[in-house]
Amino acid sequence: MKVAFTLNGTAASWSGPPVTRLAAALRDDLGFTGTKVGCDAGDCGACTVLLDGRQVCACLVAVGQVEGRTVETVEGLADTDGTLARLQDSFLAHGAAQCGICTPGMLMAAQELLRQVAQPDRTEIEDALGGVLCRCTGYTKIVDAVLSASVQAPVVVPAAGSAVGARLPRVDGHAKVTGRDVFGADGVPADALWIRVVRSPYARARFVLGDLAPLRGRLAAVLTASDVPFNGFGIYPDIKDQPVLADGIVRYRGEAVLALVGERAAVLSIRDDEVPIVWTAEPPVMGIDAATAADAPLVQADKPKNLLLDGGVRHGDAAAAFASCAAVAEGVFETAFVEHAYIEPEAGWARRVGDRIEIHVTTQTPYMDRDEIANVMQLRPEAVRIVPTACGGGFGGKLDLSVQPLVAIAAWLLKRPVACVYTRPESMAATTKRHPARVTAKFGCDAEGKLVACDVSATFDTGAYASWGPTVANRVPVHAMGPYAVPHVRTWGEAFFTNGPPAGAFRGFGVPQAAIAHEAMMDELADQLGIDRLEFRHRNALRAGDKTATGQVLAHSAGLAQCLDALRPHWDKARDEAAAFNEKGGPRRRGVGVGCMWYGIGNTSMSNPSRMRVGLSPAGTLTLYSGAVDIGQGSNTIMTQIAADALGLPAAQFTLVAGDTDLTADAGKTSTSRQTFVSGRAAEGAGRDLRQQILRLANSGPEAVLSLDGAKLTVRDGAAVRTIDLATTEALMGEGTFDPPTTPLDANGQGIPYATYAFAAQMAEVEVDTELGTVKVLRIVAAHDVGKAINPMLVEGQIEGGVAQGLGLALMEEFLPGRTENLHDYLIPTIGDVPPIECILIEDREPLGPSGAKGVGEPGLVPTAPAILGAVHHATGVRAHRVPLLPHRLREALIKLQEGALKGTAA
Amino acid sequence: MGKYVRPSRLEEALSVLARPHVVLAGGTDFYPARVGRTIDEDILDISAIAALRGISTTAEGWRLGATATWSELIEADLPPLFDGLKQAAREVGGRQIQNAGTLAGNLCNASPAADGVPGLLSLDAEVEIASQAATRRLPLDRFITGVRRTDLGPGELVVALHVARPVRPARSAFLKLGARRYLVISIAMAAAVIEIAEGRVAAARLAVGACSAVAQRLPALEAALLGAPVDGHLADRVDRAHLAPLTPIDDIRGSAGYRGDSVLVLLRRLLAGLAP
Ligand SMILES: Cc1cc2nc3c(=O)[nH]c(=O)nc-3n(C[C@H](O)[C@H](O)[C@H](O)COP(=O)(O)OP(=O)(O)OC[C@H]3O[C@@H](n4cnc5c(N)ncnc54)[C@H](O)[C@@H]3O)c2cc1C
Ligand code: FES
Ligand code: FES
Repeated sequence: MKVAFTLNGTAASWSGPPVTRLAAALRDDLGFTGTKVGCDAGDCGACTVLLDGRQVCACLVAVGQVEGRTVETVEGLADTDGTLARLQDSFLAHGAAQCGICTPGMLMAAQELLRQVAQPDRTEIEDALGGVLCRCTGYTKIVDAVLSASVQAPVVVPAAGSAVGARLPRVDGHAKVTGRDVFGADGVPADALWIRVVRSPYARARFVLGDLAPLRGRLAAVLTASDVPFNGFGIYPDIKDQPVLADGIVRYRGEAVLALVGERAAVLSIRDDEVPIVWTAEPPVMGIDAATAADAPLVQADKPKNLLLDGGVRHGDAAAAFASCAAVAEGVFETAFVEHAYIEPEAGWARRVGDRIEIHVTTQTPYMDRDEIANVMQLRPEAVRIVPTACGGGFGGKLDLSVQPLVAIAAWLLKRPVACVYTRPESMAATTKRHPARVTAKFGCDAEGKLVACDVSATFDTGAYASWGPTVANRVPVHAMGPYAVPHVRTWGEAFFTNGPPAGAFRGFGVPQAAIAHEAMMDELADQLGIDRLEFRHRNALRAGDKTATGQVLAHSAGLAQCLDALRPHWDKARDEAAAFNEKGGPRRRGVGVGCMWYGIGNTSMSNPSRMRVGLSPAGTLTLYSGAVDIGQGSNTIMTQIAADALGLPAAQFTLVAGDTDLTADAGKTSTSRQTFVSGRAAEGAGRDLRQQILRLANSGPEAVLSLDGAKLTVRDGAAVRTIDLATTEALMGEGTFDPPTTPLDANGQGIPYATYAFAAQMAEVEVDTELGTVKVLRIVAAHDVGKAINPMLVEGQIEGGVAQGLGLALMEEFLPGRTENLHDYLIPTIGDVPPIECILIEDREPLGPSGAKGVGEPGLVPTAPAILGAVHHATGVRAHRVPLLPHRLREALIKLQEGALKGTAA
Repeated sequence: MGKYVRPSRLEEALSVLARPHVVLAGGTDFYPARVGRTIDEDILDISAIAALRGISTTAEGWRLGATATWSELIEADLPPLFDGLKQAAREVGGRQIQNAGTLAGNLCNASPAADGVPGLLSLDAEVEIASQAATRRLPLDRFITGVRRTDLGPGELVVALHVARPVRPARSAFLKLGARRYLVISIAMAAAVIEIAEGRVAAARLAVGACSAVAQRLPALEAALLGAPVDGHLADRVDRAHLAPLTPIDDIRGSAGYRGDSVLVLLRRLLAGLAP
C-alpha cells in the first residue's frame, strides 16, 4: 500500500505494509536515519518525531496512520541552507550531546515544547523531555540547552595555543545535532543480508540441534558452532572461554546458539519455536553462594571451585592493628547485576573485500576487536579492518565482542555484506553486566579519627564467562581501602563463575561496588567518634607524598583534600538546611551525605600504550589520526585540543580521522578513564613532533609562531618570517606515543599499579518519604581533581553523566535475567530523577599527563551511590546493605529500625 | 503478511471485525508486544474513524471517544470531577505516550497496572461496546475480567466511555507510586471521587490499582466516608480493613506487604488532598 504524507515540509510517499513502524519506514526505506531506534517499544524516546506537531514515538506509529499528515524529524530542524536552528546551536554550545544517540529525540521533544512555550522553565522542560532517556549526560546540559534555546549561543573559537582549557564545543557535534552521525545501525548497505541470533532461553542447559536443512532452504545460511574457525573469545590472551556460538551446552540465558542469515524479513519471520533445538535444562548456578557451595556444579568444567581468580594487597598487619583501634566498624554490602543500558543497542555490518574482512561496528576498542576477530576467523590481524561507527554509548559494555564475529563469519562465507542489529531485549540479555558484589569490610581508627587498619574482601559474581572479570578482581583490592592513608591493610578480591550473564567492564571496574562499603565505614567511624563525616575523611585523605597500601609514593596530584575543602561550605549549609527542614516533622525527612573515591588511570600494572599521529598534507590539510574511539565522552575533541596547542595551530583547522584500524595507529581501548591521560599524552607528543619538523624545515627557534592558510604555512620567529609552500614538500607526519609507567604487583600486592590517580568527593542532598520508602535526590555537588580540565564543559559532562549512573546504581537499577530485559522493567534515571548537579573542578596538576591532565570518565560515578546512601542514613538512620535501595527495601528497613527502637525502649 | 484495514466509518470497521482482526488504536501497547519480529496478524486500525474521536458532553454527562488520547483528556475543558483522571493522564509514560495512547486502549489492554482504570472506576464509567449485531453498555468493573482479559466478544469494539454527571459538586484526585519520575509502571495507585453536600461527603468512590488482578473499588472505605465532614480528618477514616478487596503480590517492583502499606498511605494522602 502507498502512504502519502508531508515529511519535513516536503511531499513524501512510501509503499509497503502499512503496519510497518514509522521509525522503520523513515530509516530503512526513506533514508532518514536521524530518527534513532533504541528499543522499538516506546521506552527510550530515541525515535521521537513530531506528528502534526506533537511528539510521538515513531516506533509505535503505524506508517498507515500518517497518511495525509505531517511528520517532522531531526533532519528538518536546520534551514535548507544548513544553518542550524537555535536549539541545535544551543545543544552544541552547552555540550548537551555526548554520544548523540538520544539527541534527535531530545531535540524533537524540545521542539514541540518550544513551539508552545517560548521560554519554558525547568519543570516544563522535564515534563516535555521526560519520555526521552539519555544515558550519557545526566540531563543537566540538556536542560541548560533548552533553557537558553531562545538566545543566540556564544561561539567559542580558541586561537592558536589556547585550545587547552577552553569550553570548545565537540568537534564532531554538528553531525550529532543534525541527525547525520552514522551509528552502528545507520550505514548498513541496501544489499546486506541480516542476522537474527537464536539464543538460549535457559541459564544452563545441554542441547542438540535437529535437522536444519528446512531452515537452510528458506535462508542464505544457518550458522552453528561448527562454522566458527576458532570458537572462543575473551579479553585475556589466555582465557578465550566464551564461544561465538554455543556448542551443545549453554551457560547463561541469552547465550548465542545459532545465527539465521538471510533477507531481513525472512530472518525476522522465523520464530524461535520453528528452530529445531532439543533442550535439556539443568539447574543453574545462580549467585555467589550457589557458586561457592561445597557441592556446586561447575559452570566451566575446567575451572575448579568455579573460581576465576583471586588476589589481594597486604601492607602492615591489619589483624593485629585492630586491637589498638579506638573505634572499629564492620559491614557487609551487596550489589546487583547492572546493565549499561546505552541507548544504542549493539549493531554493525561486515563485508568481505578480497581476502580481507571489513567490519563497521559500534565499539570501544577497534584494535582489540581486530585481533580478536583475526583469532576467531584464524586470519592475520592485517586481514581484518575495523571501522568504528559513531558509538551510541558504551560505558564498558562495548569492550566485548557482540555482533562482530557473526557478521564477519557470515560475510566471509557468503561473500555478501551482512548486518546484525540487536533488539533491546537481546542486548540486555546477551551482553555483559556490572559484577554483582558482596563486600565485607572492617575499618578501625584511633581516637583522633586517623585510620589504622582495614580488612576488605570483595567477592564477585563474574557470570558464565571471564570477560573482564580478572580486571575487576585485580583492580578492586588496590582501591578497596578507599582514597585514604591506612597503615595496616588487608584487601582481597575474588571472582566466581555462575550461570548469570557474563559480568564484564562497566564504568569503574568493581570500584563503585567497593566504594559503597568503604564509605559506609567512614560514616560509621566518624559517627562513633562524634567527628563530622566530611572532616573525618579530610583527616585521612591521601595527599601528595603519602604512601599507598601497595607501597607507591604519590609524588604529585592527589587532590582529595582540596575536593573536600571545596565541598565544605556546601556541606555545612546543606546540613543546616536539612536540620531546619526536619525540625518541621512530617513523613518527609532530609539528609546529606558525602562520598569519596580514588581511581587509578589506565590498566592495572599492565602496559597500555597509545600511538597518535598528526599529518599535514601538501594541500595543507591538517589531520589528527586518532585510534582513540570517542564513545560520547569527547576524546575526538580533547585530542584535537591537545594536539592543536602542542603544534601551535588553531583547533578549528584540524580534520579528524578516528578509529579506523587501516588509517590510524593503535591508541588502545576507550576504558579505565585512560584516553585523556594516555592517548592525550601521545597526541601531545604527535603535535610536538610535527612542530619540531616544521621548525626544522623553517630553521626557526622553539618560540616561533605558526599559521596555516591553505597550502601556505607561515613560521614567524621574532622578526623572521618564513613561508613554506606545502605543495612543494612531502607530507609531514608527527607521531607520539605514551605508555604510563607502572610495575607489576608482587604476591602481597606491592608495586606501582597505576601512574596516576583521579580523586573526587561528592555531596548528595536527599529527601526520603519515610512512609513510602522513596528517595528523591535534591542536589549533588561534585568536586573532582582532574589534574587539568582540557575542556571543562566535557569534564562536567562526564561527571554529570557518571552521577546519573551512580544514582541509578544506588536507587533503581537491578538486572534480573528473564525479568528485567527491557527498559520498562529495568529502570534507569529519567530527566525527572537527576537533580541539579554542581561541578567543582580541582586542578592538581599531574606532571605525566598532557598539560597536567588525568582522567574523569569513570570517577564521576564512583562516589555518587555512597553519597546518596550516606544521605539516606543521615535522614533516616537506615544504612543500606543492599542496592538498589528500591522503595520497598527502604520501607522494610525503616520498619525494622522502628521496631528495633521500640524494643530498645521496652528493654 | 497479514491484512491491514483502516476504515473511516464505524459500520465498515464493525463489518471487518466480523472476521478476527487485532484492533490497533494508539499502538502504545500493540507495538511493544511485538519487538523483533514480523507483524503478521490481520489488523483493524481504528484511528481514522471520526465517530470514535474526541471528548464531548452529552445529556447525561460526558462521552470519551474510543480513540481519545491522554493528551486530549489533559487539554479538554472538564470540571473538577475529572481532575483525578487528568492527573493519571499526566503520569502515563511520557508525552509521546500521552499523545498517542488512548484511554480505551488502556482498558482493553487490561494490565493490572493500567493507570486509567482506578480513575475511571471512581468515575463509575461505562464502556460502550458495538458489534455488527448490537450495541451494549457495561459498567467498567464488569468490562475488565482479569489480567489482560476483558468481556469483549468476537466482533466487538469499544466505541466510547461514558461518565454520568453527578448531581452534587464533586472533587477528585489520583496518586501514583513508582520507582522513578517518568515512564514508570505503577507499584500502586489510587483514585478518589467525592461528591459534597453541605460540607459533608455525600458520595465517595475510591479505587486502587496494581494491587490485584483488576483494579478494585473499596466499598467499605466508601461507606466509612459517607457523611464525614470534608476537612483535614477525612484521611483518619482510612483503615487497613478497608483494603480487603485487594490481593497484592510480590514482584520486581515491590513486595505484597509493601504494597498494602503504601496503598494506605496513598489513600490517606488522597483524602487529605481533597479537603479544602
Ligand atoms: C513507554 C510506555 C509507557 C507507558 N506508560 C504507561 C503508564 O504509565 N500507565 C499506563 O497505564 N499505561 C502505560 N503505557 C501503556 C499504554 O500507553 C496504555 O495502555 C495506552 O493507553 C494504550 O492505548 P493505545 O491506544 O496505544 O492502545 P493500542 O496499543 O493501540 O491497543 C491496546 C490493546 O487494546 C486493544 N484495543 C485498543 N482500542 C480498542 C478498542 N476501541 N476496542 C477494542 N480493542 C481495542 C488493542 O487490540 C490492543 O490489544 C505505556 C506504554 C509505553 C509504550
Ligand atoms: S525506539 Fe522508540 S522509544 Fe525506543
Ligand atoms: S548523549 Fe544521550 S544517550 Fe548519549
